[in-house]
This record gives sequence, C-alpha cells and structure tokens, in this order.
Amino acid sequence: MILADDISRSYDLDGVSVEALRGVSLTIEPTDYVAIVGASGSGKSTLMHLLGGLDRPTGGTLLIGGRDVATLNPAEMAKLRNETIGFVFQSFHLLARTTARDNVALPLVYRGVGRRERRARATAMLERVGLAHRLDHRPNQMSGGEQQRVAIARALVTDPSVLLADEPTGNLDTTTGQSVLGLLESLNAEGVAVVLVTHDRDVAARAHRQIVMRDGLIVDPSSSPSLNISPFPSAPDISDAEGDR
Amino acid sequence: MRLAEAWRVALDALRANRLRSVLTMLGVVIGVAAVVALVGIGTGTKGQIEQQVEGLGSNLLLVVPGRLEAGSAPTASTMSLDDAEAVTRVVGDRDRVAVTVASGETIRAGSRSAFASMQGVLETTPSVFVRRLDRGAYLTRTDVTTGRRVAVLGAGTASALFGDRDPIGRQITISGVRFRVIGTFERLGQSLGVDRDSEVHVPVTAAQRLLGTDRIDGLAIRAPDRERINALASAVVATLSERHPDTDFSAVTQEQILGVLGDILGVLTGVLAAIAGISLLVGGVGVSNIMLVSVRERTKEIGLRKAVGARPRDIGVQFLLEAVLLTTIGGVLGMALGVTAALLVDGLTPVPATITWWSLALAFGVSAIVGIVFGVVPAQRAGRLDPVVALRTE
Ligand SMILES: Nc1ncnc2c1ncn2[C@@H]1O[C@H](COP(=O)(O)OP(=O)(O)O)[C@@H](O)[C@H]1O
Ligand SMILES: [Mg+2]
Repeated sequence: MILADDISRSYDLDGVSVEALRGVSLTIEPTDYVAIVGASGSGKSTLMHLLGGLDRPTGGTLLIGGRDVATLNPAEMAKLRNETIGFVFQSFHLLARTTARDNVALPLVYRGVGRRERRARATAMLERVGLAHRLDHRPNQMSGGEQQRVAIARALVTDPSVLLADEPTGNLDTTTGQSVLGLLESLNAEGVAVVLVTHDRDVAARAHRQIVMRDGLIVDPSSSPSLNISPFPSAPDISDAEGDR
Repeated sequence: MRLAEAWRVALDALRANRLRSVLTMLGVVIGVAAVVALVGIGTGTKGQIEQQVEGLGSNLLLVVPGRLEAGSAPTASTMSLDDAEAVTRVVGDRDRVAVTVASGETIRAGSRSAFASMQGVLETTPSVFVRRLDRGAYLTRTDVTTGRRVAVLGAGTASALFGDRDPIGRQITISGVRFRVIGTFERLGQSLGVDRDSEVHVPVTAAQRLLGTDRIDGLAIRAPDRERINALASAVVATLSERHPDTDFSAVTQEQILGVLGDILGVLTGVLAAIAGISLLVGGVGVSNIMLVSVRERTKEIGLRKAVGARPRDIGVQFLLEAVLLTTIGGVLGMALGVTAALLVDGLTPVPATITWWSLALAFGVSAIVGIVFGVVPAQRAGRLDPVVALRTE
C-alpha cells in the first residue's frame, strides 16, 4: 500500500538545513491501524504529509499505491492523493461559507464527478458519519465534533485505501474525541487502512501497531526495551497536548 | 475538473467574498463606463458637426480672400458685388452664387433688444444653402437691387424680440435704421455651443449702406455636380485673381471642411478613448492587486483543495476565472453605467452623445483581456503554492 524506505526530509532555512525526518522506513498494509506517537516537533506531521503524497522526501524511496513519488509530477501527485488517500486534520480545514454537503463533495469535483452524483454521494457519506441532519449547515453552525465528522466524510467520499489523520481529536473534548475514534475504528474494520497521530496513551493503545518518533527517527520500544523509551513525556508538552484534556 | 465546474467554483468564491468582489470590480466599472461615455460623446459631436456641414447643402464651394493655411492670419476682404457678378458669369447661373457681408448688431423691436449676426445677402441664399422658412417670405431680387430695408429673422432672434407674437410685418431697428420683418427661419439649434438661430438676413445692398462699405466678406457657390467642383473652383479663383492681382483667394469644398473637421474630431475621440483606456488599465492593476491579496488570504483553502486532489492547473484556472469574472461582470456594469451617462449627457446638455457598438464591444473585450492579463500572475502563484506550507498556515 504505502512503502517508505529510509526516507528523509530536510528544510532549508536561510541556508541552514533542518532535518525534520532523518531516515524512516515503514510499510502501511491495506488493513492496518497504526498510531504514530512522539513529542511535539519529532516529525510526525512531516511523515504524514509524505505518506499522503502532499510532500516529497528529500532522500530515500517512497511508494504510494505501488508508484514511486519521485517519478510523479505535481498533477499526478494530486491525482494519486485524490484516488488513494483521505486526509483528516487537527483543525478540520473545512471551507467556510460552504455547506457540509458541498465540503464533503469537494474531492469529487476534482475527480470530474457530476454535480448530481456528487451530492448523492456526499449525502450518503454524511449519513454514514451520523450527520444526516446537518447537510446544509455551514462549519460555523456546527460543533467541533460535527465539523470533524464532516472532514472524515470528506476524506472517505472518494473511497480511499488509506485514511491519514493528524491529531484528529486534538481540538475535541474527550467524549467527542472518543466517538470520532470509534468512527475511525469502524471504518478500519470495513477495510480502510488508518494511520493516526495522537498524544493520548489510551488512543494509541487501541491501534494494532504503534510507531514512536523522536527527533525525526522511528524508535521502536518493543525492539529495544532496555532504552526505556516512552513515547509520552512525563511532563506533558503544553503546546501540543492542549486539546487532549 | 470540468470547465463548467471551474466557473461555478469561481463564482461561488466571488459570492463568498461579496464586498471585496464589488470593490475590486469598481475600478473596471468606472474604466469601462468612461470608455463608453467618452467615446459616445466624441462620436456624437463628430456626427452632429458632419450633419451640420452637410446640411449646408451639397456640392458647396466657399470662396474667401487669403490662403487657407494653418497659422495664416485672416485677410481683409477686397471683394465687392462686381466680383460676385464676374463669378456669376463664370458659373453661368445666378441662383448658384451667394454672397455675404456680416456684422454683429443689436436688433431692437419696441422695448426689446437682442444681439444677432446681421448678414447682408442676395435673394439666392436659400437656393445655395439649405435654409427653410418658418413664416413669411424670403428676400426678392428687387429687394436686393433696390436695397429695400426688409429682414428675415432667425428663430432665436424672432422669439427674443417678439415672443409668441407673429413678427411678420413688424418693425425692427438695426443700428438705428428701421427694417420690416418679412419672414422667419426654421429653428436650427446649436452647434458646439453656438446658437445658430440668432441672425438676421437683409439685402446685401442695404447692409452695405448701413455699414458704409462696398465690400463683401465671401462668396459661396453651389456646383451643379460633384465632378465639376474642382474645375469650377480653379476657374473662380483665376477670375478673382485676375481682378485682384495683389490678393490670394482660396476655394474650399464641403468635403475638405468635413475632412479637416473629421480629422480633428477623430483625434479628439481617440484622445478621450485613450484617457478612458488608461483608467481601465488602472482598474486592471487593482484587480491584480486584490487577487494577490486574495491568494494570500485563501492559502489554507488552496492547500486543502490540493490535499483532496486539485492539480496546480485546477487552482490556477479557478483564480484566473475569478479575475475574468470580476472584470467581465465589471465590464457589463460599466457598459450599463456608460450608456446611462451618455444618454443623460445627450438628453440634459447641449453636448450630443451616440452609443456605438464598437465602443461597447471594445470596452467589454478589453475588460475581459484585462482580467486574463492581470489574473495570470495571481493565478500562477496560487497554482504553485506548496500544499504543505499552505495547510500549516494558520
Ligand atoms: N516548512 C518547514 N520549514 C522548516 N522547518 C520545518 C517546516 N515544517 C516542519 N519543520 C520542522 O520539522 C520538525 C518536525 O515538525 P513536525 O513534523 O510538524 O512535528 P510534529 O508534527 O511531530 O510536531 C520541526 O522541528 C519543525 O520545526
Ligand atoms: Mg504535528
């Protein structure tokens, strides 16, 4: 599905090279449920952007759906994202002044699906996430949990094989967060691979697999228990864990 | 993404930012309105003047002393009625030759007075120029030969002196000399702000006596047909030059006058169009500016659209269409405003204005092109935006 072999990503900041990822290898299988954990700034979002084809690695090989992203131009990358990836972001990223239904239908616009069918599929997807009563609501008329459900519906409307969720519950209270997680898990049960970034121990524990990141590298707690690495710092990172309450 | 879809996306985006869209359009609206209204006034004025020159009568030849060149001072006339007779012999038809000796005079009737151009003329004037009478009769040959003190009033002078009363048979005084009104002209209207109805025609002989001169200011000849105009002009100038070896004479045809006027007014219209075009350009720069601001403000939206599958081209086309929509909608509004302004000017002021299709088509085409040209840079910038950077922007 997704295969990363020793990928790295460095940024050039005024001539100084900042290494956000320093050689990460992993595979995402079609039925995977993976949790990525790690301190703020450890490179989790950078990795997610690479896995989703939003960005390209500066080193290593990355295959998404069997295609080497190094050989794809921006338009082909866009098509790849549209067809195989669904994104869910911490801050929802819904279009303001646009109804829930039109937000969900947006990916289908770029797939060339006609208006009628788009609306039908978006409606079905909103029903699927329990928002049948919010079709014509705009983001500012909905709660955070509802907005995140709209975002999940949008990620799913194209039938992607992988759902990438970067701290999807980061801006939600515990109860709402739980229900959003439940939704993701039931989707995974239906065969969508789910990759999730989280700060919550319990959330991470529910995943089939955990990936721990530190300083742009994957550290594997199971293979080197003697190092006593915990993905969760004893003093919680205030700025990043804000939403987890 | 299909193009129809792209239009809808662009339109939705404009609707979502209604106030900004309207303000962006304003520059284009004003630019296009200026083009349409100013070109309308230019062509309207040109058309009116051409009509008036043509309205003088066809195949007209005007003969004046001096050279007709830019910058040359007008020459005092040395022509007399004898010269007119000599010219009549060349032309071979008395009815085709008119003369004039003109002077601005205060005309009185009872307690009322009005300033008018007094024209000493022959009885042939209505057959050389196109002049229609409203009431009464024109001067006769006998009036001219005997120097009878009779007058035909322009419509403006008639109403200034007599109001609604019938002026026929009434007395007026010009320079203290009494004349009897025998006719009035039909109203002509204004030309370039000059009232053409404030005039009085009297027999040339009577006018010469009044002014104490035996000169005439100029001659006008109506040629029998267009082909013979130039030959006739040379013959007339030759005859006059023979009689006045020291003086130059010029003969100009109606076509020449129209040509010169047309050139001047064409340049005037061009200048107006250029000024208006510059304001349209300024409107275009405004569109470009606001589109760039819009791209920056909507960075997150662009990132999200790219994340769900928009290609750089899709984003570029969307922003380009937004710019084109802004300028074309602005163009249509500007056309409506320009036409309204031109109609108001035409109706409420003496300045004539004609709406021409080419100016509408030009203004609309230019505004669409302005949208494309000034939309390209913002659109490219939006299309190239890195989705990761865009999504990280808060
Ligand atoms: N566009 C960028 N330019 C420079 N440095 C960046 C950029 N994006 C991320 N980084 C750096 O890369 C590192 C990893 O960031 P990120 O992947 O967002 O971490 P996480 O999501 O785990 O908090 C951080 O040090 C961050 O400052
Ligand atoms: Mg992050």
